[in-house]
Parts: sequence; structure tokens; C-alpha cells
Amino acid sequence: MSKKDDKKKGQVETTGHVWDGIEEFNNPLPRWWLWTFYGTIIWGIIYTILYPAWPISSQGATPGVLGYSSRAELQAEMDRFDARLKPLKEKIVAVDLAAIKDDPQLADFARRGGKALFATWCSQCHGSGGQGAKGYPNLLDDEWLWGGTLDAIHTTIQHGVNDEHDEDTRTSEMPAWKDQLEPAEIDNVVQYVLKISGQEHDAAKAEAGATVFADNCAACHGDDGKGDQETGAPDLTNAIWLYGGDEATIRETVENGRKGVMPSWSKRGLDEAEIRQVAFYVHSLGGGQ
Amino acid sequence: MSLWKKHQKIEKNVTLLFILSLLVVSIGGLVEIVPLFYIDNTIEKVEGVRPYSPLELKGRDIYIREGCYVCHSQMIRPMRDEVERYGHYSLAAESMYDHPFQWGSKRTGPDLARVGGRYSDQWHVDHLTDPQSVVPGSIMPKYGFLKRTKLEPGDIKAEMKVLRTLGVPYTDEMIQKAEEDLVNQADPDADAEDIQSRYPKAVVRNFDGQPELTEMDALIAYLQMLGTLVDFSTFQPVVSR
Repeated sequence: MSKKDDKKKGQVETTGHVWDGIEEFNNPLPRWWLWTFYGTIIWGIIYTILYPAWPISSQGATPGVLGYSSRAELQAEMDRFDARLKPLKEKIVAVDLAAIKDDPQLADFARRGGKALFATWCSQCHGSGGQGAKGYPNLLDDEWLWGGTLDAIHTTIQHGVNDEHDEDTRTSEMPAWKDQLEPAEIDNVVQYVLKISGQEHDAAKAEAGATVFADNCAACHGDDGKGDQETGAPDLTNAIWLYGGDEATIRETVENGRKGVMPSWSKRGLDEAEIRQVAFYVHSLGGGQ
Repeated sequence: MSLWKKHQKIEKNVTLLFILSLLVVSIGGLVEIVPLFYIDNTIEKVEGVRPYSPLELKGRDIYIREGCYVCHSQMIRPMRDEVERYGHYSLAAESMYDHPFQWGSKRTGPDLARVGGRYSDQWHVDHLTDPQSVVPGSIMPKYGFLKRTKLEPGDIKAEMKVLRTLGVPYTDEMIQKAEEDLVNQADPDADAEDIQSRYPKAVVRNFDGQPELTEMDALIAYLQMLGTLVDFSTFQPVVSR
């Protein structure tokens, strides 16, 4: 027998089992452990009584006597915020769009709310700061496809561009000229666009392209190529490009056309107050007119 | 010691030991197994949820193959911040035809449960090709190769049959027309109403803007339908759930 067993013998109860002279100690479980264990069992039973637990009714789980529901909790939370924002929302819809800036509280509400809404809904395309990306307009500069006034921005957000879900949407499409024009004509008009945008170009081709432009492109882009905000046709004479202003990209645009889409936010779940907030925010980014 | 003496009775009687062990184990078994018989009760009946169309199903396969679920969840929890950002909280019914579901709990990227219709197809093409071109701080890898990988119908019929055995209500007609539906959904000139008669709300268009049918078409078709099936303007939640 080891020393350890000697020491324990007599101090700890044995189970009374003896096999070949070997006895079995009856060491109890630590009390704290045992009671914690019993406690968890009791808590488990109490929990299923208090909270939704057993999925045995056709209405879902047993409801629990506390009546807790994550949906109800969410609804209460939403209602609480809606109630708090309601006076401001009503006010922002009631006043004239241009008058928002005159009321400091309203302007603050529009700017902060607009910023949050912009981050949620707009930043994926227009960039988190509104800087845009290839194919998605920059909202920081004073170049606008559809106009940079508060009203114009508001309408664009409200109804979108080329959004098939909204019959009031702004529509604009750069057609694909690949099959409408001869390859030489496309060559020439590309040179002409390079010319009017102040880039290096082939003078002779650009000269010939001027006619092609006047016959085909001027209807939307204007005789001088300065664009038209009524049809969303971009100004081709400045150095601001949505898709790119190098020769290859201009050629791609002319040949295959462009049809950018912006969702109609009135159809996508933003209410009038929210649309006004975003419009105000975008207008305040720097390019507002 | 009296308890030990009583316990000896059980230990020395094998039949009694067996019966009592069975009793103890069956309690654990019942608690875990019985609720499964009522599992259908836990899925709220919701209008509008349908099985994936073949093209969407292929897109889902690509989504899983590329490990999108590692960074993107598809589960909007009922909390105000999530609902404000992502939209209506997810319903169990919305993923009842998912095998396996893509709920996830890891959000390195945003939740995608309602990404459908949120962006244009062109945005998805740009973003999948070069995520940083539209989201500068993004750490998402590039998936431009999907645009160059032709989509083959492969074993789409077999896949749908397997899903049917798992409880997805694909009809014989759906399975029979799977291959043509797969191709036609990405063809803007195809008969959209014919596809929608089998898959309501299915969007028929050229998703990636290229003439060929590619994996990009399938993935975008899948992304564009996520979370769009239930009409939440008419949906009335059972608040007690």
C-alpha cells in the first residue's frame, strides 16, 4: 500500500466494496459543483416556463408566461424611434425643400439623417464620401447629369434613373452605334469627341466626325456637345467622364452604348422625409446648385 | 450509506439496471427528439417562397463553392440596427428550401439575405470583378474569372431530384425543363412568362451583359433574388413568434 492510501484510510468513507483487499473510497462530488449542477437543471425548467421554448403548437413555440417575443421587442424599439423622429419627419415634409436650410434643427436632422441613409443605401455605388466610381457619378463636384439643384437631386433620388419599377423614372440611354454607323464614322466621331474635350486627336478625322456628331449625337448632347440635363446627356467638352475619356473608352461607349441605372428610392422603401434628408445631404456635399 | 445499499440492488440486478438505464436515456432522447416531430410548426407559413430556379440554384452552388458564406451571412436578426440597414428580419420560411441554409454568423462582409434588387446587375459585375473599384476599403477577393467561365447545365436535373428527396417541391415539369430554363433565364429574348409560370417573380435578363452564359450570370441571378420572394408590404408578422 502506498503512503497516500495510508493517509486517507479511515479519513474517507469507503463504499464498502472490497475486491482482493482493495477498497473503494467514496469521495463525494464537491458540494459547490453538485449544487450548481442541480441549479442549472432547475433553471432550465424555469426558463422553459418563462420564455418561448417548446415548438408544440401550430402557432410556433409555447409562448412562455413572460410573453417575451423578439419580434415584439423589435417592434417596440422601432416604434420608440419612429415616435421620436415623427415630429421632425412631419416638419421636413411640410416645409419647402429650399427652406430646410433656414431651420437649424431641421437642417441638422436632414444632414445627419441623410448621411446615415447615404451610407446605408447610396455609398455602395457613389462611394462612402460621394466620390463615385467608374460608371457611378461623383456627387462632390458641380458637374450634374440631371441637375444639381435641390429639386433636381430630390427628383433623381425619388424616381431614379432607368428604373423599370417606377413609371416616373428619369430615362436616358446612350444607344449602341455599332450597327447604326459605319466603322469609319465611329472612328471620326470618336476623334471629334476627343477634340471637343480638349484632348489629342486626329484633326482630319475630327473634322469629318463633326458631321456625324451633328447628325446623330447633337440631339441629346447638344450642338456644342455640352450635354443636356433634360435628357441626362453628359457634357462632353469638360474633362469629367463617367466611364472614362480615353480613346478606347469613348469608342466602347459609342459602339456599345451606355445605360446606367439608379434605383427609384420612393419604390425602394425610403419615405418622403428620408428622400428629402438624402437630397439635402447630397446637395450639401459641395456640388449643390 | 443507506443510498449505497439501495443502489447495490440495482447494480446486482441486471434486468432492473437495464430497465432503469433505458428510462434515464429515454428522457434525454424524448426531450431532443419529440420537438423534431413538430418542427414544421416552427416555420411560419409565408406566401411567395418558392424553390430556386435552375439558374439561381447554379448560382447558389457557385456561392457555396467560392466560400462566400465564410464572410457573408444570410440572416437578418430582429434588431433595430439590422432592420434599418438590411431590411425586414429574415423569416424561417425564406430559407426552407436551402440545403444547407446559409445563415452563418460571421460577417466580414455585409449580410446578403436581402441583397436582391438592391444593386444593378452592372454593379454586381463591377463589384465581383474588382470589389475595390466600387468599395475602396473592401478586402473582398476578385471573382472576375466567373465572367470567363462558361456555365454548363451539368447535372442540374440530378441536383434538383436530390433536393426533391430533401423536401423541395420541384415538380416533374420543373426537372424536365431544367436545362432550358437554366439557359433561358439569362436570355432577355426568352419567354419570361413561361419561366415565371414555374418560378414566380423570376427575373429573366442577361445578368452579366455578355452574350455567353457564364457563371457570373448564375451568381448574379442568385444574388438578385435573395430576399425578394416575400412581399413585405402585405406580410403580417405573428408577433408572438
